Amino acid sequence: MLKIENLKVNINEKEILKGLNLEIKPGEVHALMGVNGAGKSTLVKTLSAHYDCEVTDGSIVYKNKDLLELDVADRANEGIFMSFQNPVEVPGVNNSYFLKTAVNEKRAYNGEDEIDAMNFLKLIKEQTAKYDIDKKLLQRDLNEGFSGGEKKRNELIQLILLNPDLIMLDEIDSGLDVDAIKTVANVINQMLDGKKSVLMITHYDRLLELVKPDFVHILNDGKIVKTGDYSLALELDEKGFEGIGIKDENK
Amino acid sequence: MSKNKQIHDVINSDYKLGFETLVESDTFPKGLNEDVIKAISAKKNEPEWLLEFRLKAYKKWLKMEEPSWANLNYPKIDYQDIAYFSAPKKALESLDEVDPEILKTYEKLGIPLEEQKMLAGVAVDAVFDSVSVKTTYQEELEKLGIIFCSVSEAANNHPELLKKYLASVVSVGDNYFACLNSAVFTDGSFVYIPPNTHCPMELSTYFRINALDTGQFERTIIICDEGSYVSYNEGCSAPTRDERQLHAAVVELVALKDAQIKYSTIQNWYPGDETGKGGILNFVTKRGLCKGDNSKISWTQVETGSSLTWKYPSCVLKGDNSVGEFYSVAISSKAQQADTGTKMIHLGKNTKSTIISKGISAMKGVNAYRGLVRVGKNATNARNISECDSLLIGNTCHAHTYPYHEVKNMSAQIEHEATTSKISDEQLFYLNQRGIHAENAVSMIVNGFCKEVLKELPMEFAAEAKELLNISLEGSVG
Repeated sequence: MLKIENLKVNINEKEILKGLNLEIKPGEVHALMGVNGAGKSTLVKTLSAHYDCEVTDGSIVYKNKDLLELDVADRANEGIFMSFQNPVEVPGVNNSYFLKTAVNEKRAYNGEDEIDAMNFLKLIKEQTAKYDIDKKLLQRDLNEGFSGGEKKRNELIQLILLNPDLIMLDEIDSGLDVDAIKTVANVINQMLDGKKSVLMITHYDRLLELVKPDFVHILNDGKIVKTGDYSLALELDEKGFEGIGIKDENK
Repeated sequence: MSKNKQIHDVINSDYKLGFETLVESDTFPKGLNEDVIKAISAKKNEPEWLLEFRLKAYKKWLKMEEPSWANLNYPKIDYQDIAYFSAPKKALESLDEVDPEILKTYEKLGIPLEEQKMLAGVAVDAVFDSVSVKTTYQEELEKLGIIFCSVSEAANNHPELLKKYLASVVSVGDNYFACLNSAVFTDGSFVYIPPNTHCPMELSTYFRINALDTGQFERTIIICDEGSYVSYNEGCSAPTRDERQLHAAVVELVALKDAQIKYSTIQNWYPGDETGKGGILNFVTKRGLCKGDNSKISWTQVETGSSLTWKYPSCVLKGDNSVGEFYSVAISSKAQQADTGTKMIHLGKNTKSTIISKGISAMKGVNAYRGLVRVGKNATNARNISECDSLLIGNTCHAHTYPYHEVKNMSAQIEHEATTSKISDEQLFYLNQRGIHAENAVSMIVNGFCKEVLKELPMEFAAEAKELLNISLEGSVG
């Protein structure tokens, strides 16, 4: 599904990713771990074509397409979803209207008919019930005045409705209590159908315990320096980064 | 002035085309003098008092100077380089007689008269280059005693009302452009709602500037008698032309005791191009007088067009407990300049006013909010809330806010809030990442920003306003 080769990315003319390689096949769950500043968020942002990220070298092939040729919205409509650590507030824009627009943009991109308001409401009702998520947030304006937990929950609602192929979660578990993390895990596990893939950044093993990754990558200084299975996460939890031979540049 | 005297004056005038040629022609040649004014008046078969009114205004105007205090830049207007009258070829009595071309134009504007008549229940007094082409629903309104006609018709059919209220809110010498309008106004709507009558439909006028080089000078007068209500919609549109066109309208509203007037405008005149070439110069005086106790006047405007806008719809709150409201969205994109806002003049006791202004600047647009809140010394317990928000798109546009407060009564409570924000890259990226493309994303953010104002518009206007916002901002994001 996704193949990244020798990816080099600058932010503000400073090289953050320094020749990264990663392959994600359909149905796989990948976890990305690493110290602060290692480049985890930069990787996810680069895959979404964030305006801060300047690709200087390397290639990204997604679904046999040159991903670097696509703009932000087209990548999204090709099935790439990124959850935001702290999603921005958009005053005056109704959350439900926003979501309907996004869903319809994707449908239009895929040559499908627009979904009308009635059917959209039905879809929301079905999906939020299926994943046991409170849909009251949809009546409010997009992220405006949302608490940290509400923002994360809203990201989940978008994830469910947009039904992407590559789910990228940037610390979606940070600041959440145990129950909320369970909700996140429940959504991801239910969405995994053998075709969808996940790339998740996390600092904590609690989410990993609930969503078992097939691969755990340790990113350091702009490169993946270690790859293993779930046991690597456990080892990291026990010994810490230095304990498994990773030098924390922050120290 | 007697008829003989009039003709005598005309004969002695040195204007080369002369009065009679003017009256016969469909479009007057460029230029302004007393003959032109007399010819306009004659064209409309106006009573003599109205001609005198015009001529008095003209004399006054000649002594006035064009104001220069607004935050607007434009080359000097040559008032002799403007034609002051143009009319369709012949007078029309029914829709069947309307030139199909004209009807087509109306359809392009999205206002098929027939359909509107039957479906929307909107009575339309369409002003097509200065003369009313068609007045619909007039008969039905007449049953309720509601007068909805052109000012020219009012001059002949309801002279006592027109005489009483013309220039009663905006005096002849109020300002340079209002004075010019008083001299040369061509047409406009006249509305009178009798006591205790709730006007059953939205009254609506679509103005359209059509002929080349023709200034348009409407005069609109709306009187809402005791205990009555009316909602009036004004929509404007002008075709694409290279030349600059001048527009100087005057709107006067009078609300008597317990009466309520809601006046909504969508203005999408040609804005000119990116370099500032062409477009309408829009100098408008709009003022409402809350004359009686417990009266209310509310202005809602969506200003997306014109290359230049100079407009301050105002309320004079004379009656006790009267209420004034101003809701505005103004867009300046391309090379547009807008200096707009309101005046709330509190004279009566317990008067209240609300100002919500949303200015949007994009590309090389310049947007200024200019507002005055004045509380007179007898206006005990006056209250005002103002909220002025500016939204910037890109790095080459400007937003300014000029609030003025004059308070002469210590019991007044005035609140002013102003914000300036930019559409952030982060907001755009967020919406883009959800699959929404840039132009759609911008329009979504802008619509959200204007929501408080758009919800004040009548239903059939709101959808049009949203479309317009989108069109006006086309190409403002790379």
